[in-house]
Amino acid sequence: MQFDSFADALEMAGHGPYVWSVYAVALLVIVGLLVIPQVRKQRIMRDTLGQIKRREREEAERASGT
Amino acid sequence: MWSFFHKLGSPPWMYRISGTILTWLLPVTIVLLAWGAIWGLLYAPEDFRQGNSYRIIYIHVPASAISLAGYYVMAIAGATSLIWKMKMADIAMRCAAPIGAAFTFLGLLSGAIWGKPTWGTYWVWDARVTSMLVLFFLYVGVLALYEAWDDEALGAKAAAVLSLVGTVNIPIIYKSVDWWFSLHQPATIKFTEAPSMHMDMFQPLLLMIVAFYCLFTCSLLLSMRSEILRRESTTGWVRKLLLGEGAGAV
Repeated sequence: MQFDSFADALEMAGHGPYVWSVYAVALLVIVGLLVIPQVRKQRIMRDTLGQIKRREREEAERASGT
Repeated sequence: MWSFFHKLGSPPWMYRISGTILTWLLPVTIVLLAWGAIWGLLYAPEDFRQGNSYRIIYIHVPASAISLAGYYVMAIAGATSLIWKMKMADIAMRCAAPIGAAFTFLGLLSGAIWGKPTWGTYWVWDARVTSMLVLFFLYVGVLALYEAWDDEALGAKAAAVLSLVGTVNIPIIYKSVDWWFSLHQPATIKFTEAPSMHMDMFQPLLLMIVAFYCLFTCSLLLSMRSEILRRESTTGWVRKLLLGEGAGAV
């Protein structure tokens, strides 16, 4: 460990705000890169499933109606 | 070889294999990223000239390297989709664009923040910085062009052409620090020489570069999976997949 205390690591001899803000933004970007596609996939799966069920219901109604 | 190429173009095969890859690559990526970040932030020695601000390198260099590598992936996918009309290549190109843009953004932003304590300014219109900004606009341009047409196939073609034309920018970025007098420091890592950096500082950098490559791959595969499902939503295999597993699964 290069730093003696937690405060020391935050401070980084004056460079702390620069270094930590870069790492914070990087964390946001990384989380976004991994989470956004999965959220999108869940939405697509939900929508597609809804479409499939609707279509099959309509087909069944048509079949029973005639 | 051709059968592999053929399989690569098959949406259900790609969906299945990417799922298998992700089950182990995703945890590996997260561990590598955490390991590299903690090593770089807290354990790597301080730079004798730049002090602690140099620790930004562990984000800046990997992000910038991936933004270039990602452009290759996008352009090669674009060329493949133009030449062989391969559906999967088109999906890869479409999905690589926003991811590449995100890495380029991170590279530019981390560079700007690093610039303040090192150069005394957040931004300079220097060859390296400007050509990276052009790269960012290329990614955004490919994305915008893709979405600009109602006809998806036409948009895909236009975007593929732009991504190919844009590759001219890549060697300019690489060489910019050598061709022009620049504030930006020359490359730390070269294939032909030993790194101009102490091993204790270099090892975490290498780890972070590998981690960022894995991150790019994970993000690309994840996006491709949802894009495959969207485009194949009316096919039998998607129906079977969704009805078999339920919407919450996978």
